[in-house]
Amino acid sequence: MVGNSPQDFIEALPFARALGMRLEEIGDGKARISMDWDPRFVGDPATGVIHGGAVSALMDTCGGAAVMSYPGALTTATIDLRIDYMRAATPGQRITARAECYHVTRRVAFVRATAHDEDSANPVATAAGAFTFDRKEGR
Amino acid sequence: MARPEPVQQVKRRRDLALKTLVDSVPYAGFLGIIFERHGDELTAVLPYDEKLIGNPVLPALHGGVIASFLEVTAIIELSWAMLWDEVETGRLTPEAMAANLPRLPKTIDFTVDYLRTGLPRDGYARARVNRSGRRYASVHVEAWQDNRARLFAQATGHFLMPPRGNG
Repeated sequence: MVGNSPQDFIEALPFARALGMRLEEIGDGKARISMDWDPRFVGDPATGVIHGGAVSALMDTCGGAAVMSYPGALTTATIDLRIDYMRAATPGQRITARAECYHVTRRVAFVRATAHDEDSANPVATAAGAFTFDRKEGR
Repeated sequence: MARPEPVQQVKRRRDLALKTLVDSVPYAGFLGIIFERHGDELTAVLPYDEKLIGNPVLPALHGGVIASFLEVTAIIELSWAMLWDEVETGRLTPEAMAANLPRLPKTIDFTVDYLRTGLPRDGYARARVNRSGRRYASVHVEAWQDNRARLFAQATGHFLMPPRGNG
């Protein structure tokens, strides 16, 4: 992690900055990151719905942030990530992802995540992934 | 037997149809993805750009960029396969396509394997439609950078096909 404030974590990642991601909350293996709807991120012009890839990028960033905030974490990288798309995100609405690093082994972190638009009762997407986990030396 | 269509005319029609399809996806343009075509085979190209970086220390492409590149490639390949016959027979002209953009397949799920670090240089990807029914499709995508045999990512996705008229 680079920088001191949580938002510095996002600002240090050029692509997260390009998508306008905002780190809302981070700590203890959990993270919440949001992203505004933007016409440049649209996947289907007939509906104005944001591209699945942009949602993936949000989930991946949020998953990585959750792992980095797990006690003892040094670095991480995504091994695999599966995203299930429940419904189209409503055009114009902000999307918020929540990720939780729910288990770590010596080398691997397991993460699940969900994404919502402004309707917090119905998820837009859920994700599950494995990330590499490197610990700080000298516990 | 009818005379075959002049080759330049065939190429122009196919290229224009492909361009219309790709240009209709703003997010593909945002990432800078372009498509090269040989016959019906497509290769997606992701030219390197500084904004695509996720880890500035290494530096490495952002995992979300890689997932996005693979998903864009899968959807364009699937749409291209869906429209190919109509474009070839002339039932769908590029002009008609531009005026009334075709509905695109919707992603049901998408799983990405990150095999190697995405280096700060151009990436390439090709998708294979393993199964495409009336309602559902399964697509596999492979992406590489310098060596075709050394993939840096691959993905499998399932898609809901848009309703197509028989007219």
